[in-house]
Amino acid sequence: MTLLTSPSASIVTLTNVEKHFGPVRALSGVSLSIGPGECVGLVGHNGAGKSTLVNLINGGLVPSAGEVSFPASGATRALEAGVRSVFQELSLCPNLTVAENLRISHDNLRGVGWRKRAHTEIAASLDSIFPGHGIDADTTVDRLTIAERQMVEIAIGFAPRGRDARLVILDEPTSSLDAGIAQQLLTHIRTFCAKGGAVVFISHMIGEIFQVASTIVVMKDGRIVASRPTAEFTRATLVDQMGHVAAETTDAVAQRRAPGEEVLHTGDGLVARKGEVVGLAGLAGHGQAEALAQLYLDRTSAWWGDKVPKVVFVAGDRGRDGILPLWSILRNATVSILSQTARHGLVDRAAEARVAAAWKTRIGIRTDDVRNLILSLSGGNQQKVLFARALASDAPIVIMDDPMRGVDIGTKQDVYAMIQSEAARGRTFLWYSTETEEVCQCDRVFVYRDGQISARLDGADITEDRILEASFQMQEAAA
Amino acid sequence: MIRLFARHRILLPAVSLIVLLAATFYMQPRAMSYFGINLLFNLAIPIALATLAQMMIMMVNDIDLSLGAFISLVACITATVLHDQPVLGMAILAALILAYACLGALIHWLELPAIVVTLGMSFVWAGLALTILPSPGGSAPAWLRTVMTVKPPLFPMAVVAAVLIAGLSHVLVIRSGIGTVLRGVGGNAASVGRAGWPLLRLKALAYALAGVFGVLAGMALVGLTTSADANIALRYTLLSIAGVILGGGEFVGGRVSAVGAVIGALTLTLAASFLSFLRLSPDWQIGAQGAILILVLTARLIFTRRDRTQG
Repeated sequence: MTLLTSPSASIVTLTNVEKHFGPVRALSGVSLSIGPGECVGLVGHNGAGKSTLVNLINGGLVPSAGEVSFPASGATRALEAGVRSVFQELSLCPNLTVAENLRISHDNLRGVGWRKRAHTEIAASLDSIFPGHGIDADTTVDRLTIAERQMVEIAIGFAPRGRDARLVILDEPTSSLDAGIAQQLLTHIRTFCAKGGAVVFISHMIGEIFQVASTIVVMKDGRIVASRPTAEFTRATLVDQMGHVAAETTDAVAQRRAPGEEVLHTGDGLVARKGEVVGLAGLAGHGQAEALAQLYLDRTSAWWGDKVPKVVFVAGDRGRDGILPLWSILRNATVSILSQTARHGLVDRAAEARVAAAWKTRIGIRTDDVRNLILSLSGGNQQKVLFARALASDAPIVIMDDPMRGVDIGTKQDVYAMIQSEAARGRTFLWYSTETEEVCQCDRVFVYRDGQISARLDGADITEDRILEASFQMQEAAA
Repeated sequence: MIRLFARHRILLPAVSLIVLLAATFYMQPRAMSYFGINLLFNLAIPIALATLAQMMIMMVNDIDLSLGAFISLVACITATVLHDQPVLGMAILAALILAYACLGALIHWLELPAIVVTLGMSFVWAGLALTILPSPGGSAPAWLRTVMTVKPPLFPMAVVAAVLIAGLSHVLVIRSGIGTVLRGVGGNAASVGRAGWPLLRLKALAYALAGVFGVLAGMALVGLTTSADANIALRYTLLSIAGVILGGGEFVGGRVSAVGAVIGALTLTLAASFLSFLRLSPDWQIGAQGAILILVLTARLIFTRRDRTQG
């Protein structure tokens, strides 16, 4: 087969690829070519388009415009071209054994004795990448630790599976591995590339990127903003390339509030004072949402609820933990104050209507009648109803879990103003956001990495650079 | 010991069956004979087949509430059409299996909840059964009667059949490649799809297998009872679910065991006889069966919890 194709042809080539999700442009005009022996380090902040790019390469998504081709193999599908993906979210079947999981992605394992062959193949792959791993190929995956599962997944990615792997995409492969094991992986990547394979390596550990990548591709706002050999980057220039979009908007915040008393102090170092807007930043999925959920549940889960809740919650994932889809706008907005206004356990409808009408004008919910169904509203207006629900109660602390997801810019401005005015009245806001522009409006920011607070920034220290720096691990992993 | 039970899920159902069997023999020593054992486990064969049918569905994270009605329908067809016109009867049964496959494909394609679709289908199957056999009657084909009453040497038919069914379905579901992929659908459908498998066809296959085992259950039942009735197997829906769970299976996550399912079915059948030997009024028997189920499930939960905390 190698005779028919030239050895230097690139494994995958993207030409002017675009991807839209409805009106949202996730990727615009991306051209990229990955050849044998290359290890591409892909970096970028949240929502820069890394996952979209990866999914276009591995065939999980179809481009809206442009072309994805595989010149080296001449195949039309990514799987046939030897493109493999190892995802950050674990994608093994937990009920199957390690060897059986190989069978899922290797359909040439057929006939009598396939178990033995699967066992040999996965054991060999594990041995070559992670010498001394101690994983038995006949254990069911749910009995393995998270790190072991990640190792198995990587081993399946590099396993021969009938046709050799040509391009392996690793999305945050080291996030759950300890330093020693991560080094074994980096060593294997270098050998793999030296033998003519290619790797796309996504990591928030900048040290690892510099150790292993031959080329670094920086993405921002759905575009490739830099693509150069690793040697031409330094850590500082790399962070520079990733950031600097919304720097001008940061000075919009007036530092006018005198610090009030401390209203919140958690074990892991999260501190909030009365009247403050506290931001939680960092890359998505590094423990911010979990920290907020824990905080909220700790203060609200009691056998008998308080009349006025201590904390209210504004959901970001509206469908999952926000709206009550079968209820009207009115009922959705006032569900948080039922216990405040109820008399003898009965709902006070007049009070409900009063509150709903007041918030409709205050926060600007665009509807003729608040008795319409919540689903008749656009996403941004649904989100406003959720804000109204939270702010209508007298709770002193408001927790917001990335509430601006998929919200238009007009609504955002309305809500920013509302947050600032409510904070001035003495409410405390805890605001997790994936958008740096929003985090820069906060009085204090905690940056999360790997489920822990990696930096605390106050006042003037809150800049995009500092947040980026703390989101990515700059130090070499201590090997 | 906790770790042993948690790692080998099959141990707990096996131990439950042995304990129950020992208790039965203690209560009624005369049951400990070729004839006695056959009598005890005779009706377990159709239940075991029904349990395996249910397991195929639960393996892909769905549940089938129409199984009892479906098996009743098969029984009615077996006792009438299959007896009178064997070729037509076979064709109808094959069509029923195809219908099951289509049902699986439809549930996957339209993302319908299986519990609702199968509940609806149960009325369809029950209606068809009533149309075919409005009043109890019909008769089993002679060859089927022969198969179900065969007297093998050493062990009674019920035991031999149970072992055979358990072995064959174990190979099909646990050992074979396609069975592994089907269990993978229950474990993590997204990753199976991402590896290039057509989920629609896999789901249809799982349902078709359920159809096959459902048809076998209905035929075995008629072979034992010699005649049919449109309501003959309505209890099987819940018995089959209980059997899968008793045998170490779970509602979601593709964690199933074919051998366990057969053992679960045997345990349920035996529990009924055991309670009769206790002279428990039939009014209490269903409740007592439920209590046994809860007892075994509690034991399993304790084992897995302890195992997890001990790490």
